[in-house]
Amino acid sequence: MHDVLIIGAGPAGLAAAIACREWELNVLVIDEFPQPGGRLLGQLHQEPSGRWWNGIDEARNLLDKANDLDTKIRCGVSAYHIEKVDHGFKVHTNQGVYEATNLLIATGAAESAVPIPGWTLPGVISIGAAQVMTNVYRVRVGHKGIIVGVNVLSVAIARELQLAGVEVHSMALPALNLVNEEHGHPKKVMDRLLPIAHLAPSAWVRLGRYFARGTWARNLAVRFYPRQGVKIWGIPIHLRKAVTKINGNDQVESVTVCDITPDGDLIPGTEQTISVDFVCIAGGLYPLAELAAVLGCPFRYIEELGGYVPVHNEQMETPLDGLFVAGNITGIENAKVARAQGTLAGLSIVKRMGQVTGELEEMIDDAKERVQREREEAIIQFHPGIQQGRIKMEAVYKKICTT
Amino acid sequence: MMTNRIVNHPVLGKLEERKVIQFTFDGKQFSGCEGDTVASALWANGVKKLRVHEESGQPRGLYCNIGHCFECRVTVNGQPGVRACLTKIEENMVIESGKQLPTPLKTKGPGDHLPRTYAEYATKAETSEEENSRA
Repeated sequence: MHDVLIIGAGPAGLAAAIACREWELNVLVIDEFPQPGGRLLGQLHQEPSGRWWNGIDEARNLLDKANDLDTKIRCGVSAYHIEKVDHGFKVHTNQGVYEATNLLIATGAAESAVPIPGWTLPGVISIGAAQVMTNVYRVRVGHKGIIVGVNVLSVAIARELQLAGVEVHSMALPALNLVNEEHGHPKKVMDRLLPIAHLAPSAWVRLGRYFARGTWARNLAVRFYPRQGVKIWGIPIHLRKAVTKINGNDQVESVTVCDITPDGDLIPGTEQTISVDFVCIAGGLYPLAELAAVLGCPFRYIEELGGYVPVHNEQMETPLDGLFVAGNITGIENAKVARAQGTLAGLSIVKRMGQVTGELEEMIDDAKERVQREREEAIIQFHPGIQQGRIKMEAVYKKICTT
Repeated sequence: MMTNRIVNHPVLGKLEERKVIQFTFDGKQFSGCEGDTVASALWANGVKKLRVHEESGQPRGLYCNIGHCFECRVTVNGQPGVRACLTKIEENMVIESGKQLPTPLKTKGPGDHLPRTYAEYATKAETSEEENSRA
């Protein structure tokens, strides 16, 4: 029986474990990945200060702290079911059943699928898969490839592939179909790109950003989007070209690309075949929250947070007694926010275990402020309306818990 | 031979020397590095096809690399359905690709005209009714 079981050894889970261990709770962290660190592993980008954010180092820092506090972390453990019992929770895993008084679900996010014909061919991988392959395993995903789907995450990872010596031919949209409307429509994609426009040395994207509130200007920017694309770090980004299919026998050999109208419709006669040996598909992230759903935690769909999220309050508590959430399961944000949320969740668990001291209250207030500060200072926001999303969730929690 | 390894990286630095681990995939000998998963070791060796679709036989490989999609399932030391992306390679590990499975209910035989769904059943019933009334 543990005081707290944490599912997910990423920035949120590890930070929470550290907070709980500092108050000497009996903690167990589980994760199904072979090594701890979650999706910190693989992250690599340059901050405006010029400093490189290396997720592997950040993960090691957290892990060192956790190890100094004798935190039990078990990897290769997959949780597939959770029961709520009188004294807490029973977590069913491939390594047996674990019991705990408190449960923190910090499972992070998963990538949304963007199916296009040929996407099941070997050599077609998600953009996150390419990041892990490149920066964690140090394996080149291919010689020359194309990225299907233009968003904050895929632009950042395109740069990472380039750093590792992999040629990214270009980035383009997926051809519109029933399920990928969000990613295949040039105007919608442009709207989502506005928050990162300052990274692109292009008047075109800046134009869209400058007039962000006016639909007409955005429409103009999309309509006159350069045929050769807009280059970021030398990689052409196309909003008026779509990949219609991926070709190959036993693995990827080429893609078919077609020009599209500002509304995403294919322009017949403009098809072009580009030979590539890998394709990355980027459909953005959504909170990975099944385990909270299995427990019967109430959910809400909040677009700004990235989809269906378990209802929770600012202290990371859910309406289920003893169940806490932290990190991307609560909404898609960066690793620094996740880490701050983890600390806050850990302290909230300490409080629930009966600690009532002025020091703890102070620490909880500081942790709340830290989350807010990391959110405000984020260079890249996955959704520009994240703050509004958080406010909506707080209101939902209050409503559920007072009725 | 591991041609796809990123040895020098401008930010992450030079790849440290790691223990070499031998394993087989579909009977063929391969080597990877300590810390590799089945998926990363095979990809480093240029192997992208990990299985075929159980029914259609179409090729499949790694997709998400972090255990979510289950596209990379292989047989490891006799245990089927193991995710290649979450399994670390070990010395002399025997890995087999996922194979096509028989589809006994899809045989081209005397039962082929039978409906398989309610929709098919309804259509067939309607047609035979029409035929009956015409007769």
